[in-house]
Amino acid sequence: MSSRLIEVTEALLEKNDERAAANRELFRRHGVLALNIVSSPGSGKTEFIVRTLKDLHGELRFGVIVGDCETDNDARRLRVTSAPVTQITTGGYCHLEAGMIARAAEGLDVAALDILIIENVGNLVCPASYDLGEDVRIAMLSVTEGEDKPLKYPVIFRSANVVIVTKMDIAEAVGYDADTARANLAKAAPAALRFETSARSGAGMDVWYDWLRARVQTVR
Amino acid sequence: MHEVSIMESALESAEAHARKQGAARILRMGLRIGDASGVVPDALEFAFGAVTDGTMAEGATLEIERVPIAAWCAACNAEFAPPDILACCPTCGAFSADIRRGREMQLSFLEVE
Repeated sequence: MSSRLIEVTEALLEKNDERAAANRELFRRHGVLALNIVSSPGSGKTEFIVRTLKDLHGELRFGVIVGDCETDNDARRLRVTSAPVTQITTGGYCHLEAGMIARAAEGLDVAALDILIIENVGNLVCPASYDLGEDVRIAMLSVTEGEDKPLKYPVIFRSANVVIVTKMDIAEAVGYDADTARANLAKAAPAALRFETSARSGAGMDVWYDWLRARVQTVR
Repeated sequence: MHEVSIMESALESAEAHARKQGAARILRMGLRIGDASGVVPDALEFAFGAVTDGTMAEGATLEIERVPIAAWCAACNAEFAPPDILACCPTCGAFSADIRRGREMQLSFLEVE
């Protein structure tokens, strides 16, 4: 049998992209705003989400899907309000994929939510490639990580619609240079909205909440 | 390291194409990978060997065509090739966020029998 050549031009993550499109369609149908939060491990994703859940409890209906390689520690931390939390334990996978979100969403009453927060696995490389069907991708940068993080991982920062700087309450103690960080973010993520926050002190959180309130209206 | 799951996905697509053509085996698989895709070609090569075992593509050759990053300078009305996506025009020095190529992650061809 002779060999033959087949020309194809297909995205390698075609299957993921199809599943992401189906997720997006589901979120649209129910008027749910989906956020995909990416960052390095330990940048304060969980703490930031916990604060947001507490402060906006009773005003907006949240659901959370949280991904980690192992343990359900984050899910337990996130169960501070009546908001439903689903843990995905990836078993070593370094990112979440759209199919995992589809399965996790089956366990949530999506129709009863205003906002679905997806806390991705802490990793600044792999999650960049995977569309989960989110409306907004949020990259976080904590003041302890170094102002040049966005320059070291430009692909993921460029893919974000919003960048949130976290742990601003300890910025001075760790010698965080806000001007340098802003300049670096302007290069890595020129189109992204920026927030500077502290989930511990609450500084900057009001600006974030105002934006969130306005953004959720656009998907209703 | 997400190259294994990317290769699994690529293999799934490749096998579907090959079956549709009535092929029994995949001999060669071509990928197009941009330098700003966030994917490491060496890691893809490694993953390919691991995920193709026992499939239609067992023993197949992987060929990766790398796509250099191309950015656009609006001031000079010209394309340039920066080393990463933090692109500054070599002629006028202006920063550009307009990346025209280099993010590709595609299956480009298959040789089957």
